[in-house]
Amino acid sequence: MSGYPESTQESIRKVEATRLTRAKEEFPKLSLKERQELLKRYHPDYREGGRRELKAGVNKGEKVPNELADLFEGESIVRPEEVDFTQVKEDMDVLIIGGGGGGASAALFAAEQGAKTLITTKLRFGDSNTIMAEGGIQAAVGEFDSPSLHYLDTMGGGGFENLPHLVNALVSDAPMILEWLARLGVMFDRTDDGGLLASFAGGQCRRRVHSAADYTGMEIMRVMRDEVYSRGIEIDEFCPAIELVLDEKGRCAGAVFVNLDTEERFVIRAKTVILATGGIGRLHIQGFPTTNHYGATADGLVIANRAGVKIIFMDAIQFHPTGTAYPEQLLGLLVSEAFRGWSAQLVNGEGGRFINELETRDITSSATIREVMDRKNGVSTPTGMQGVWLDTPLVELNKGKGTIRRIFPHLFHRFHTFGIEITQEPVLVYPTQHYQNGGLLIDEYGETTIENLFAAGEVSGGVHGRNRLGGNSLLDIFVFGRRAGIRAAERAKEIEIGKPSLGHLIEYEKDLERAGVLKKEIKTPLLLPDYRYEKALAKIHQ
Amino acid sequence: MGIEERRSITIYVFGKKYEVPESLTIQKAMEFSGYRFIRSCGCRGGICGACLTEYRTPGSYRLKVALACQALAEPEMQITQSPFVPMNRAPYHLEELKEQPDILGKIYPEIYRCLQCNTCTRVCPMEIQVMDYVAAAMRGEIEKAATLSFQCIMCGACASKCPAEISQPNVALLARRLYGRHILPLPESLYQRINDIKMGRYNKVLENLIQMSTEGLMKFYTLREQEPQDNPGWVPKNPNFPEDIT
Repeated sequence: MSGYPESTQESIRKVEATRLTRAKEEFPKLSLKERQELLKRYHPDYREGGRRELKAGVNKGEKVPNELADLFEGESIVRPEEVDFTQVKEDMDVLIIGGGGGGASAALFAAEQGAKTLITTKLRFGDSNTIMAEGGIQAAVGEFDSPSLHYLDTMGGGGFENLPHLVNALVSDAPMILEWLARLGVMFDRTDDGGLLASFAGGQCRRRVHSAADYTGMEIMRVMRDEVYSRGIEIDEFCPAIELVLDEKGRCAGAVFVNLDTEERFVIRAKTVILATGGIGRLHIQGFPTTNHYGATADGLVIANRAGVKIIFMDAIQFHPTGTAYPEQLLGLLVSEAFRGWSAQLVNGEGGRFINELETRDITSSATIREVMDRKNGVSTPTGMQGVWLDTPLVELNKGKGTIRRIFPHLFHRFHTFGIEITQEPVLVYPTQHYQNGGLLIDEYGETTIENLFAAGEVSGGVHGRNRLGGNSLLDIFVFGRRAGIRAAERAKEIEIGKPSLGHLIEYEKDLERAGVLKKEIKTPLLLPDYRYEKALAKIHQ
Repeated sequence: MGIEERRSITIYVFGKKYEVPESLTIQKAMEFSGYRFIRSCGCRGGICGACLTEYRTPGSYRLKVALACQALAEPEMQITQSPFVPMNRAPYHLEELKEQPDILGKIYPEIYRCLQCNTCTRVCPMEIQVMDYVAAAMRGEIEKAATLSFQCIMCGACASKCPAEISQPNVALLARRLYGRHILPLPESLYQRINDIKMGRYNKVLENLIQMSTEGLMKFYTLREQEPQDNPGWVPKNPNFPEDIT
C-alpha cells in the first residue's frame, strides 16, 4: 500500500515506468559558466529583497539575510547597568560556549593541555546540528585520493572564494581527525575486507565521505559526550551566553549567562573564550523550512557581532536539495545526500531527471527550484506542498536488496513510522535551509578578529566559501574545535584576565540608534524559536 | 484538505485539557496549546532523544512510549514527558580498558540482574531489541551488543522502566566504543596517509594551490578526473594529479 496521497499516484507510476532506463543514463555535469547562470537565476541567495546591508557596528556595509539583520538590530536582553562584575561566578582558562561537536572537541583538547575548561550550553550537552548530520565526514584517505584533490573539490564547491589557509588546515588535518574519532570508539562503516567505507557527496571527484550508517553525527556526538564525562570536564547545561564580556584592552574576557530554568543571570570570567554555538536554521530564512536543531537561533553571531567580531560570507545560506516535502509532520527534515551518493536520482513529476545528482548542493537546489517554480514539473500534495522525487528504490536496484536498511536505518525507520516504505516508493523532497556557509571570520587556529575569542564550527566562516560540500561540516567542527582548543589553552597560560566590561554593548546600541535602525521590539539573542499557538500550524517547520 | 479545515481533538497535557487540530505531532500539539519548550525538544527529527513522552489513550490499560516529535496526537490522549532520565554511568577511561569478554559485566555488574521481562524492548521508541543486547552484553558478546544497540538515541525510556535498574543506554554506549576502538580494524593506509601529511608530502602542492589565481584553480578544478559510481577497479589516468603541477 502506498504511503502517498491519491493525487500523487500517477506521478509515482511515471517514476516507476522510467526507472530502469534512467538507471543506466549518464546525466552531464554543468560547466562552471552554466553553474553561475543557474545560481544567479534560481538560488535564494540571489533573490531580490532577501538580504540587506548592515548600518552599524564593525560589520557595517556587510549584507546579511533580513532575518539575521533584524536580530543584529534588536535590543539586547542584557541591560549593562544590571550586570554586577564584582560578583563573578567562576574564573576559567578556557570558556566554551556551545555543546555540539565543535564545543566538545575544543573542550577535550583544551583540557588535555591542562587548561581549566568549562562547557556551557543552551540546551542539553550534545543538543546541536552535529547530532543531525546523517551523511558523514570527509577525509582523503583513499588510494587515488589526496588532500590536494580534497582542496580542489572544496574550493570549487565554495565558488573559489574560500579562504585558502583555512581550506589547507581542513584537508590536511582530515585523516588525523578520522583516526582520532575511530580511536575514541566511533563505529565508522567498513568495507567487507575491513577497509574504511567511503561514499560520494556532491562536488567530490573521489569517494571521500566516511559514515556510521545515517547516524554519523549522533554516533560521534554520543561518543564524544561520553569522553568528556570520562575526562571530568565541567558542563553547565541550560545556560546560554547572552553577551560576551570584553576587557579594557578590547580582548574577550568572559560572558554573561542566564540559567533558563531559574532565570538567574551570572558572569563567568575567562582568559579565552571559544564560541561554538552553531547556525541559524531556526530563523527560517525567506520562509524556508529547515533541517536544523531547535536551538539554531544565531545567538553566537548576535553576541559576537555586538562585541565587534568581523563576519564573512554571511549572506550565503545553504539550502539542502533534499529536505522532506511529505509527510507534513517531517517537513524540511534532512534526507541524506548519501542517498544520491548511493545512486538515488532526482526525478520530476513526469519521471525525468533534470540535474546530475552529484552536483554541489547550491546547484542541485537551484535546479530543483527551477524544475518546480519555472518549468512547473513538480509534484503537489493535497495541502499545497511541492517537490520532486528522490528515487530511493534505485539504491536497492543498483546496490542490492537490503542496502537501504543497512546504510540508512534511521531514515528507513522515520518514513516507515509515517507509512512510507522508501525501499519501494520514492521520497518527495524540496530544498530546505540547512547551513550558514559563512560566519565569524577566523584564522587557521580558530581565532576571531577579537583577541582571545575563538570560534569553531558552523558559527565560524571562511573555510567553505559560499557553499559547503557535504561531509565538510562534520570535519570542520573537529578540525577547528581541536585547533581552537589547543591554541586557547596555550594562550591562557600567558595572560592575565583584565577588567570585564559591557562597554561595547552600550556603544553598539548607540551606533544602531544613530543609524536609525535600533529595533527595541526585538529582544536578542533569541535563544528559543517561538512556535506557539497559530505559529504551530505554519508550513515552514516540522 | 488544508490544515485550516482540520477537525479539533481534545488532549490532556500533564492532566490539563487542550483543544488542538488533528494530525499534529504531540510536540506541535503542545506548541499549539501554548508551550514554548526549553526541555523536551531538540532535533525535532527523532534522533536526539529529548522528547521522550508517555501517554495513555481511552479504552486501553496500556502505558505507551513515543517521541513527541514523531508521534501524532490522538483524541483524548493523556500526555506526560520525561526530558531527563537519571542513569548510572560508571567512571572509566576507554583507553585503559581491554577487549575482554567480561568487561561489560565488570563495569556494569547490574546487567546480571536482568529479569528478562522484555519491558525495555517493548518501550523503546526506536524499536531496538534492548533485552537482546543486554543478554549479549552478559555473554560478553561486545560486537553483538554494539550492533544491536546502534540505533539507540539514549532517551532513557528503557532505563526508566527497568525493574532490574539497569541503565541500558550506557551499557550499550560502552559496548559500541569498545567495538569501535578495539574490534573494528583501521587500515594501515590510513596511518600511512597521516604520516605522509606529517612528513610534508603534500606541502608543495598545497602551497602551489594556495598561491594560485582563481583562474588557475578553475582550470585545475575542471581537469579533475571523476571517479565513477560503479567501477570497483577504477584507476585514474593521471594518479599524480594535481601533485604534478609545475
